[in-house]
Amino acid sequence: MSKPLKIVVLAKQVPDTRNVGKDAMKADGTVNRAALPAIFNPEDLNALEQALILKDMREGSTVQVLTMGPPRAADILRDAMFRGADGGILLTDRKFAGADTLATSYALSRALVKIQPDIIVAGRQAIDGDTAQVGPQVAEKLGIPQVTYAEEIVSLSDDNKEIIIKRRLDHGIEIVSSPLPLVVTVNGSAPECRPQHAKRVMKYKNARTPSELQEADNDYLNSLCACKEYLNIQEWSVADVDADDNQLGLAGSPTKVKQIENVVFQAKEAKRLTAADADINELMVELIASHTLG
Amino acid sequence: MANFFLDNKDLQYQLSHPLMRKIVELKEKGFEDKDKYDYAPADFEDAMDSYRRVLEIMGGICGDVIAVNAEGVDHEGPKVENDRVIYAPGTQQNIDAIVKAGLMGITLPRKYEGLNFPLVAFVMTNEMVARGDMGFENIWGLQDCAETLNEFASEEIKQEYLTRVSQGETCAMDLTEPDAGSDLQSVMLKAHWDEEKQTWLLNGVKRFITNGDGEISLVLARSEEGTKDARGLSMFVYDKRSGATKVRRIENKMGIKGSPTCELVFTNAPAKLVGDRKMGLIKYVMSLMNAARLGIGAQAVGLSEAAYREALKYAHEREQFGKPIIEFPAVFEMLSNMKAKLQGSRALLYETTRFVEIYKDYTHWSHDRKLEPAERAEMKEYNKLADAFTPLQKLITSEYCNQMAYDAMQILGGSGYMKDYPVERLYRDARITNIYEGTSQLQVVAAIRHVTTGTYAAKLKQYEDEALYPADLESVFKQMVELREDYEACVERVTAGDAEQIDFHARRLVEMAGHIIITHLLLRQAADAEDYRTSAQVYAKIAVAKCKEAKTYIFNSCCGDIDLFKAVINENVENL
Repeated sequence: MSKPLKIVVLAKQVPDTRNVGKDAMKADGTVNRAALPAIFNPEDLNALEQALILKDMREGSTVQVLTMGPPRAADILRDAMFRGADGGILLTDRKFAGADTLATSYALSRALVKIQPDIIVAGRQAIDGDTAQVGPQVAEKLGIPQVTYAEEIVSLSDDNKEIIIKRRLDHGIEIVSSPLPLVVTVNGSAPECRPQHAKRVMKYKNARTPSELQEADNDYLNSLCACKEYLNIQEWSVADVDADDNQLGLAGSPTKVKQIENVVFQAKEAKRLTAADADINELMVELIASHTLG
Repeated sequence: MANFFLDNKDLQYQLSHPLMRKIVELKEKGFEDKDKYDYAPADFEDAMDSYRRVLEIMGGICGDVIAVNAEGVDHEGPKVENDRVIYAPGTQQNIDAIVKAGLMGITLPRKYEGLNFPLVAFVMTNEMVARGDMGFENIWGLQDCAETLNEFASEEIKQEYLTRVSQGETCAMDLTEPDAGSDLQSVMLKAHWDEEKQTWLLNGVKRFITNGDGEISLVLARSEEGTKDARGLSMFVYDKRSGATKVRRIENKMGIKGSPTCELVFTNAPAKLVGDRKMGLIKYVMSLMNAARLGIGAQAVGLSEAAYREALKYAHEREQFGKPIIEFPAVFEMLSNMKAKLQGSRALLYETTRFVEIYKDYTHWSHDRKLEPAERAEMKEYNKLADAFTPLQKLITSEYCNQMAYDAMQILGGSGYMKDYPVERLYRDARITNIYEGTSQLQVVAAIRHVTTGTYAAKLKQYEDEALYPADLESVFKQMVELREDYEACVERVTAGDAEQIDFHARRLVEMAGHIIITHLLLRQAADAEDYRTSAQVYAKIAVAKCKEAKTYIFNSCCGDIDLFKAVINENVENL
């Protein structure tokens, strides 16, 4: 029988930038987080689904969701548990705050060294930063292979040594093979995540992190979490993952934001032209007609 | 990202009714499951929290999946291939979403992998599903069949079938035949015991069977050879995997196109007997029917909700003569009446559901232990109320849902008549609600007994004694007291006549009771929540007008009158 897998999903709680209203930005050009609901980053949900599919393929496998963020990010861990994850880990510490992708991937990689998963699955990118860097950087820091733009796990060898993955690229699809462990980043074109499951919602609705329990100060919740192990969401600090302070948060982030400006995005759609004369002619006519040229 | 639970305050309000505490305690039997199942509630608040969360999941599926698929399903519909039903792709997606969210078996006990939710929560899901797609509600709502098995079948059958329903299999109730519609005692499909195979075998034809190709079917069949009436009928459960039925055709209907209505042929189909022989129609179908009638009420209210929302939105957006049409008296009056009828229908639906629920829960208790005398008395009382209110709510909600669809189309005008807007589909879908599971006329037949024996009058007097209404609406409350006196005067006058006289005026009397009950319910809600003040007053106007009209009709009609209406019997269509 094949060995069960230890799977970790990297997820992020993000402001919902998809339906921005007029008060989405503050006067100084920064995001008004209070006006935007905090949601599960959409492509991380695609990643969670792939992880759950893998779990279904290998009996006894576990899916843990790892997120770095403020205490309220525990919401997405519960959401993941409602959908099928076995548990969650919240990396939270003031020292993590202000991290760019480099510092974020360092922090995550420290936690992953502690967990030692067989497969790490992440969304391609988060809708607030749109960098698509964290997944690949984590793989680099761990020194393991990465498969980006994944759309489907095609197969996994019985000995858990080789995984075949379908990638969605601009001009088509690519089927690649990789040894384990590895990092897979999942595209939004992959299957949607399964919905919250009624029984799981009822089972995990009282899952809490230690800080949430402290904050709530509720005897009922405390006793519940004390007797039901699965209700405890782990919370790790810098010390828990044995990380170097200098590589964390603002200190560890070479990216500095110099200025932010509001831009109005005008292009309605992207157009792909070939190098053929006919296409170039057509483009010239269009640009002249719109007074972009001439 | 629509959510049909979170966006509906009136629906949420019904979940907060004071009787819910009793209902939860009965349903959870002292929370005996709390240490056995990790998803069972530990107390009342825990249970209510779970209901809300799960209804929210269902609300999301209804808004984002079922409602979105409704138009495509209406266009494509199901088809028959190789004697089997193939659902429209949207229907299949709906089922998949519900199964993935673990919502099937919503009322079934946890030992059969169900959620053990109260009927109130199930009716709420029915309503939300119907608001998204009324036709699909049939497939979802047929879980009622599993409830009937849970009530009457042997443990062996329950173990086998109920678990499968919780895992996502769909059901059908196979009652109607070509020559047995409203008159089910004429059912002829034959069941005989085969000694060699040690099983019952079914042979014959069923017609108009909703979701007839569902995995698990309850079949009403004639097990007693040579009989011709209800006493020869028994209930069987048939498993589709036996492969002994063929879908001969599906009907081409006016509405609820996504719901496959099948003609089924049974050929030596092996089946298991449910409960006792000869009790099929007398006991089990009656129970099934009552549950189904509640289901239709929920369908009707869900459709009314959809119609009201479409009409309200359009009336705000559409401008004529320089202003939104909602500002014209003809339109705002129509919409206010629609809202009052919608909230009134819903109030009646859940009042009925609570009665049915408490009665059913006591029945389940009584299987486990002997009820205390006080409990027995309460069970009897709720049984009577359930019997009285079930046909009443089916009658009123389904008639109103037709009126709502009609008015919604009127508000949308020419646009509403086009297939570009969902109102046209709502209009077609609504039409079946006062036909199937017993026509309005048959609901009146079931309800009239409670007019003549005084069940409604007694309940009205109880509402009066409890006197729950906002202080400044006392005049409305007093009007209802007067109407109840009018109603009793009408009953007295009509019952002084013969049986035919009672039948002739039956609908007028039943509807009078209904209007007064609904006004009381809305007044009670208004005492508790500001939101209902307007609808309570608007509905009271409808109630007064309708009751006065009925009273005038009844008091103006003499015994000879019936002959006027009987004249039509001798009219022949060929000699017109």
